Amino acid sequence: MSETPEEPTGRRRVIGTPFPAPQAVDTISTEPEGPEFSAEPPAPLHAKRAERVVAALFVLAFLAGCGFIAGYVGIEVGPAIPSGANDVVAVLRSNMVLGTCLMIALFALGTGSMIWVRHLTPNIEIEEERHDLQSTPQDRAAFQREFAEGAAVSQVTRRPLLRRTLLLATAPLALAPLVLLRDLGPLPGTSLRHTVWRKGLRAVTLGALRPLRPADISTPGSMITVIPEGYQDDADALAKAGVILIKFAPGELHVPTIYNSGTQLYGMNWTIDNIVAYSKICTHVGCPVALYEQTTHHILCPCHQSTFDAANGANVIFGPAARALPQLPLMVDADGYLAAASDFTQPVGPSFWERG
Amino acid sequence: MSSIISRRRHPAAGYAAVAGGLVLAGALYSAFSAGGASAAAPDQNSTQVAQGHSLFIESCSTCHGLDAQGTTQAPSLVGAGAAAVYFQMSTGRMPARELGAEEDRKPTSFTTQQIYAIAAYIASIGGGPAIPTPAQISTTGANTALGEELFSTNCAQCHGFAGAGGALTYGKYAPPLTASTPAQIYTAMLTGPEAMPVFGDGTVTPAEKRDIIAYIVDTRAETNPGGFSLGRTGTTTEGLLAWIGGLGFLVLIAMWLTAKRRDHLKAESEQKS
Repeated sequence: MSETPEEPTGRRRVIGTPFPAPQAVDTISTEPEGPEFSAEPPAPLHAKRAERVVAALFVLAFLAGCGFIAGYVGIEVGPAIPSGANDVVAVLRSNMVLGTCLMIALFALGTGSMIWVRHLTPNIEIEEERHDLQSTPQDRAAFQREFAEGAAVSQVTRRPLLRRTLLLATAPLALAPLVLLRDLGPLPGTSLRHTVWRKGLRAVTLGALRPLRPADISTPGSMITVIPEGYQDDADALAKAGVILIKFAPGELHVPTIYNSGTQLYGMNWTIDNIVAYSKICTHVGCPVALYEQTTHHILCPCHQSTFDAANGANVIFGPAARALPQLPLMVDADGYLAAASDFTQPVGPSFWERG
Repeated sequence: MSSIISRRRHPAAGYAAVAGGLVLAGALYSAFSAGGASAAAPDQNSTQVAQGHSLFIESCSTCHGLDAQGTTQAPSLVGAGAAAVYFQMSTGRMPARELGAEEDRKPTSFTTQQIYAIAAYIASIGGGPAIPTPAQISTTGANTALGEELFSTNCAQCHGFAGAGGALTYGKYAPPLTASTPAQIYTAMLTGPEAMPVFGDGTVTPAEKRDIIAYIVDTRAETNPGGFSLGRTGTTTEGLLAWIGGLGFLVLIAMWLTAKRRDHLKAESEQKS
């Protein structure tokens, strides 16, 4: 902005109308036409050879383009393929032909153009001057004049009531996007701290939905994924309630009993017959952790290689996870099936701001 | 015997054979399911056990001990069961070539009959899970959809959603299932070889095991839409090559385009002008 409009001495300028025309007018400098370039090729023999190569590439591009059309028309995919043929194979074949033809056509076209430019056009440096981006003073003056005329004719400057009610009318529309931010809510409340597990809720296998007795997981080294009974179609509940049951040989399991200000977080008394239940949701970013190695008792997360020691309260022994996998208290219900003794006593899954 | 041979073309012979097979399969199945995980070996034939014992002394006892009691190098096989022997030996993992993080699949040098003999010997000293019968691993009428669900829940985290295998900790890995026979898949689930957890008949029932096998076998038979398969992740390998190789190629072309002309061309053009 080389010029700052001075405050006009007459009437006050109305918002939205242009500034009054500046006093000084820039002089227009007309430049002479640039020098003519020679259209002659730099080296006639070399140019002749380059011309032939470029022409050959363009013919190749033409043929490949024709091949694309022929391939599209000629190779049947979808329901038109002969019965018994494999539709995946048909699509593969079609893709191969179409892609190859298109690649050859575009590559030949581009290569030909580049050889043209590099070997046939004269190698002369051309300067291109940069000018101010603003319009000419005449154009700007004309625009300001027309704008002022339009403003006067529409009487927007003369009728403040219309002008102000118009601004008023647009104000709610301008604020509307801020109100839409409400759709980011509602706030999760305490839902991140609880799952649907509760005392007496049976664990059923994911997929077959069978409840399990402790004897069903009799072999040490067994592992199975279970979900709360009756929640197989509740994706919101399952997102937090997935649990893995792991069976240990006697003496292998050492879950330390840990309290956090009165709340028990881990404990051997939550295991049944050397079966321990851990949340299947990684405490790093929530991937399902189920890569259980029965020889080392490692539970490995496939996303970022967080590794938990299942024999010692699922403590983190490697990787970015910050907390051990929460343990689910187990009990055996009246019918002899494995069930939760309560909900998890700490939030499952990744940490969150208010977790504490 | 000759009467059976002479009547084998009788119209009812086929039905009789099928019925007989079904009765036999049912009897075998009930024998195994009744015993559960601690079912006895399929064949307690004493000659087979004796043959298996001598083979064991010859090929296995160096690491596993003369009485299969285990040593510092290898675990005890008492109670490992015939199924574990069948899996380890039919996939060529045992006898081990060397002690590493994990044994690789390799061609086995034992005949099926020898493997069954060693399996019978191991079963005779401590029971354990048995080798499945053909009826137990038949995928006829299996629920492939349920198999897919069970596979994604229990197997896919290590073996990949299409059974292509994957890495574990400290050099261990979940092998690809591309070459596994139904009997090997079945015995692997039953016994949990190496780092793999056990999926006994209590957690994954025999019928569900058949469903899982059906899913693995069906998935393998599907045409692979990717040219170079990367665990059946589609055309990812080609895309990766196109991005890395193709972008590098484009960079080279850009360097060529912006490079200065060769000197003789420049000299010629200067002479001309």
